[in-house]
Amino acid sequence: MTESQATAEKEESYSRVQAARAKGRPTSQNFIEQITEDFLELHGDRCYADDGAIIGGIARIYDLPVTVIGIEKGRGLQESIRRNFGAAHPEGYRKALRLMKQAEKFHRPVLCLVDTSGAYCGIGAEERGQGQAIAENIMEMMTLKTPIISLLIGEGGSGGALALAVADQVWMLENAIYSVISPEGCASILWKDAKKMQEAARYLKLTARDLLALGVVEQVIAEGSPKDFSSVYNTVKAMLYQQFTQALKKPTEVLLAERYQRFRRIGSFRETD
Amino acid sequence: MLKKSLFRKPKNELEYQGEGKVQRPSVPDDLYVSCPECKQTLLKAEVEEHCFICPKCNYHFKLQARRRIRLLVDNNSFQELNAGLQPVNWLEFPGYEEKLTAAQQKSGEPEGVICGAAQIGGYPVALFVMDPAFILGSMGTVVGEKITRLFEYATQQRLPVIGYTVSGGARMQEGILSLMQMAKTSGAVKLHSDAGLLYVTVLTNPTTGGVTASFAMEGDIILAEPRAVVAFAGPRVIEQTIRQKLPNGFQRAEFLLEKGFVDAIVSRNSQREYLTTVLRLHQKGGAGRD
Ligand SMILES: [Zn+2]
Repeated sequence: MTESQATAEKEESYSRVQAARAKGRPTSQNFIEQITEDFLELHGDRCYADDGAIIGGIARIYDLPVTVIGIEKGRGLQESIRRNFGAAHPEGYRKALRLMKQAEKFHRPVLCLVDTSGAYCGIGAEERGQGQAIAENIMEMMTLKTPIISLLIGEGGSGGALALAVADQVWMLENAIYSVISPEGCASILWKDAKKMQEAARYLKLTARDLLALGVVEQVIAEGSPKDFSSVYNTVKAMLYQQFTQALKKPTEVLLAERYQRFRRIGSFRETD
Repeated sequence: MLKKSLFRKPKNELEYQGEGKVQRPSVPDDLYVSCPECKQTLLKAEVEEHCFICPKCNYHFKLQARRRIRLLVDNNSFQELNAGLQPVNWLEFPGYEEKLTAAQQKSGEPEGVICGAAQIGGYPVALFVMDPAFILGSMGTVVGEKITRLFEYATQQRLPVIGYTVSGGARMQEGILSLMQMAKTSGAVKLHSDAGLLYVTVLTNPTTGGVTASFAMEGDIILAEPRAVVAFAGPRVIEQTIRQKLPNGFQRAEFLLEKGFVDAIVSRNSQREYLTTVLRLHQKGGAGRD
């Protein structure tokens, strides 16, 4: 690769990071409003609290009842504070799992909307078992007996995103990102210099296009103008309806075997005797 | 109850100090070691006799995976599985190959986890032990693949799994693929669990990040070594986020026990006995329904 190619890639990757985090970018609430009807929000994890960073409930897409769970960054400062800027606590992940189990009971497909810089890092989150909560979601989602689709609409920050992204299919908006660590975090750990985030963004392969090529996601949804998401909503709505109605016809054993294999095959290594 | 022969000369030097700032023991003779916790000068041989625990203050020295296996399993019962899996720098991340080479030299292992079949107290088990000397047990795709294969093997052979964790988290040089290992391993744990089989984890210092948020916390029984740090976000990350000092003992094993996230704290010198009892209690209707 020439130096100019590398520079172009670097700038391209980081511009996606900025777009994914841009102020005014549609949040989970916009998607719920635009692609579902009759949304009823359901609150609380039944153990500790209701986490505003995660919105969940039941709704329909056309005539199809679905469970929708979205990480919500909030619109405007006041709301964002209340929603902890989309950084969920364990009770948020436990609320999500409660609603998924409910969906399983009624054999309702689950739509997860992912948009978070990561699970919250704080005293309360650790005290109440952030790691355990994420682990349980990941494990339980793997065998949840109903179709699941996760759509990354903005930031997909590490384990906090994966806790809602163990699914039959994972889709990304064109400007969404998905990464094991933020480019700033990566740069500061590896090179002791957070300003090398552009460099890190390129190496991490966190753009939708990169991840599609790697087989980590199945679909990338084109965005067009950042001011007008109407075509995005229409496309997503139609795709979800089609995919869910198809998946509902699959025998559960087939659905789960395919979900397991979807993650099972991911990895890169050499094997010698 | 531990036999003398378990203390054979290991092939690797034991790290007596924490990661990072390596302080040489102040006593020049390498017959001695100083305890990082109570600062006492101790005879190396005495520390080894005590399962690498400080006899003065119960500090658990960092322990390399192969030594730990030797301390834990019945003599000559360990049969390693999938030892030939090697990492690759698929992202062409700058400096990763050098880091891997250094880790391989330091640990004497090709990767950060050792897996195999063994017996503990006469009971057959599948065992994985992560290695603190290999980039602090960071989880890349080889670690994920080896652990996944071990659970698949255990499900097929109807064996319980015993897993020792130590980890600084996901290995960022492998990008998104390292994150995906959390899902891959958890899937294999779930299928093993759904087959009615037992999984016991032993959390050792430190167990953090993506390993905590996946297979470390998915055991039927979760044990921890005394004072082990167990966290999702490590103490330093939290201090940076909330800009305040953390209370003493925060995220230590004792704290997790109090908060309800581990079943018991078990010192290294009684783990073999403890696990033998657990295995015995699962022989009927638990070590695999037929
Ligand atoms: Zn001591």
